[in-house]
Amino acid sequence: MSAVGQERAPLAPGTTGPIPTVVPARRRRARRFQARWITKLLLILVLIGLSILFLYPFEWLVAAAFKPRGDTFDNSFLPHNWAWNFTGKYIPSPAPQRLFAIPGASVGHWMWNSVWISVLGAALTTFVSACVAFAFAYFRFPLRNFLFGVLLATMMLPGEVTMIPVYLLWNHIGKFTLNHHEIFGMGIVPHIGTGTQYPLWVPNAFGSAFYIFLQRQFFLGIPRDYFEAARMDGDSYFSMFRRIALPLAKPALIVTFIFEIQAKWFDLITPLIYLRDQATFTAPLGMKILFDRFNNVGGGEGDFQVIMAGTLLLVLPMVILFAVFQKYFIRGIAVQGTKG
Amino acid sequence: MTSVTLNRIAPGPSRARRWLSGFRERETWIAYLFISPWVFGFVVLTLGPMLFSLYYSFTNYGLQQIAGLEPTKTVGLHNYRQLFDDPKIASSLKNTFIYTVMMVPGKIIFALALAMLLMRAGKAAGFFRTIFYIPHITPPVAIGVLLIYLFNGRIGIIDVGLRHIGLPGPYWTTDPSWIKPSIALMDIWACGGTMVILLAALYGVPQHLYEAAAMDGASHWRRFKDVTLPMISPALFFCFIILTLAGLQQFTQAYTAYYGAGGTQPEAALFYAIYLFRNAFEFFNMGFASAMAWLLFAISMVVTVINITVSRRFVFYQGSARG
Repeated sequence: MSAVGQERAPLAPGTTGPIPTVVPARRRRARRFQARWITKLLLILVLIGLSILFLYPFEWLVAAAFKPRGDTFDNSFLPHNWAWNFTGKYIPSPAPQRLFAIPGASVGHWMWNSVWISVLGAALTTFVSACVAFAFAYFRFPLRNFLFGVLLATMMLPGEVTMIPVYLLWNHIGKFTLNHHEIFGMGIVPHIGTGTQYPLWVPNAFGSAFYIFLQRQFFLGIPRDYFEAARMDGDSYFSMFRRIALPLAKPALIVTFIFEIQAKWFDLITPLIYLRDQATFTAPLGMKILFDRFNNVGGGEGDFQVIMAGTLLLVLPMVILFAVFQKYFIRGIAVQGTKG
Repeated sequence: MTSVTLNRIAPGPSRARRWLSGFRERETWIAYLFISPWVFGFVVLTLGPMLFSLYYSFTNYGLQQIAGLEPTKTVGLHNYRQLFDDPKIASSLKNTFIYTVMMVPGKIIFALALAMLLMRAGKAAGFFRTIFYIPHITPPVAIGVLLIYLFNGRIGIIDVGLRHIGLPGPYWTTDPSWIKPSIALMDIWACGGTMVILLAALYGVPQHLYEAAAMDGASHWRRFKDVTLPMISPALFFCFIILTLAGLQQFTQAYTAYYGAGGTQPEAALFYAIYLFRNAFEFFNMGFASAMAWLLFAISMVVTVINITVSRRFVFYQGSARG
């Protein structure tokens, strides 16, 4: 590789390069500066133009969320008439609906469900994936490479292959917990299964191949001496993991956490498969249902302002998460490419 | 006696025995304890379901069987033969391929162009990178909703804009030949993730290579073709594989926009994953849906293997002999 940079031998002393042009050095420099300045200006203009293009859909969404019914598609930059489409008293149909006052749509519950399911699921998968990744990075044990190969292979498997049997498994668990509600004594066995929210976050307790892979790369980067020193101090393996490995891997853990929050907030198909009762819906599923109900194409009532308000609520938490953890989002994504 | 044993190669324990002796170490069991959640999850949520899915794909498993009203019958290759007989399989596969072929190169080329612009932006790069990344954090359901409204054939802002500059805006969301391009365009809008990966790769290209090329009198195009592209080819290849697999599994945006209770359900938006989902959880033809899933798996594998084979010729891994 390094040979490329040295291909050209330095000019021998005495020989001259190509004859310089006659333009005096200072003016040449000035002209070059001018040219560079103009390309720079053009570049910034192009970037600003692209930025407007990229941000416009958001602007349109925010503006539409504050427009009254009927004005949604006037495409004005700011609402001509401002309207509050989020809260208020319920007035039956001919009146414009408000997001939190729609009968049979517990928007507040949906948001809260998504918040707790994503935080719980992300916390679980972060911790468990870290345990597994640490073992793959630190310990030497029989079948290690084979098991890690299996782990990598599972990343290639489309979720559709396991979707149906996993659903049937939850269905069985659901029937079991319903029938054996009292078996362990005082009826404290909860109903777990399809129709409940357990299938949305319980699988997170078993780690996730992608995060294990990501974190293992990180653990491999920690010098082994740190762990040996902790062992010398008489730490058990687990306390070494907790005291040394976890704090050092904090950036990787944060990346895992926010990626899983995002994944939960993006996921439509899992809640679509498992949830029946609208009060248990997550935000993405709820907003899809709102869209179906109020979009006039599907025979809805044409309350577009409610759909826009709901979509804004769906987008907003991700924007906040990104604003807070921007550095980790970018770093986490960039690492994927270099490690892949 | 001792000299004899020294001269001979000590007949140490066999490989198998040495390997087995690993299980006597305490560390081994601690390690297994650490990975046990994943092993359990793998067996219960991946391997087991895979085997069951394979089994179901040879049965008539459906609503009656879930309810326990009828026993499960094996039907041989019937589901797989039906894959060829059902015209919707062919059309949904075609939709999926067309969409993937539009989305993947579009996204990569656009993301690469953005990343290269950012490389020249100097101090402002961080600011613009954030802006270009933001669409990537939009939930797919929101993208599906925005898709329907922004691309609406009469009142959508994109058509209004096109008419402003004198172009006839197509009926994006109802004209079958424009449905997939509009979904792909929304995906290209959300190209921030790809852009960040490529940007990181671009930052990784050693500056001295460009200097050397410039000294040799290489044009901008030559520098791009012979320095930039080979140096970032691993990242390009990574994006290509990931995006292709994602494209083959496209579900959420198209489902939000066109399916479900309020969708117009056009044939042109029937992606393979949507048809699979409908078979499994709307029509409850779970045997047939399992066969569909295995076909999808086989297609993903074939596409990935082709990608890897082709990439051997183009992808340049630094520090390895492969060129």
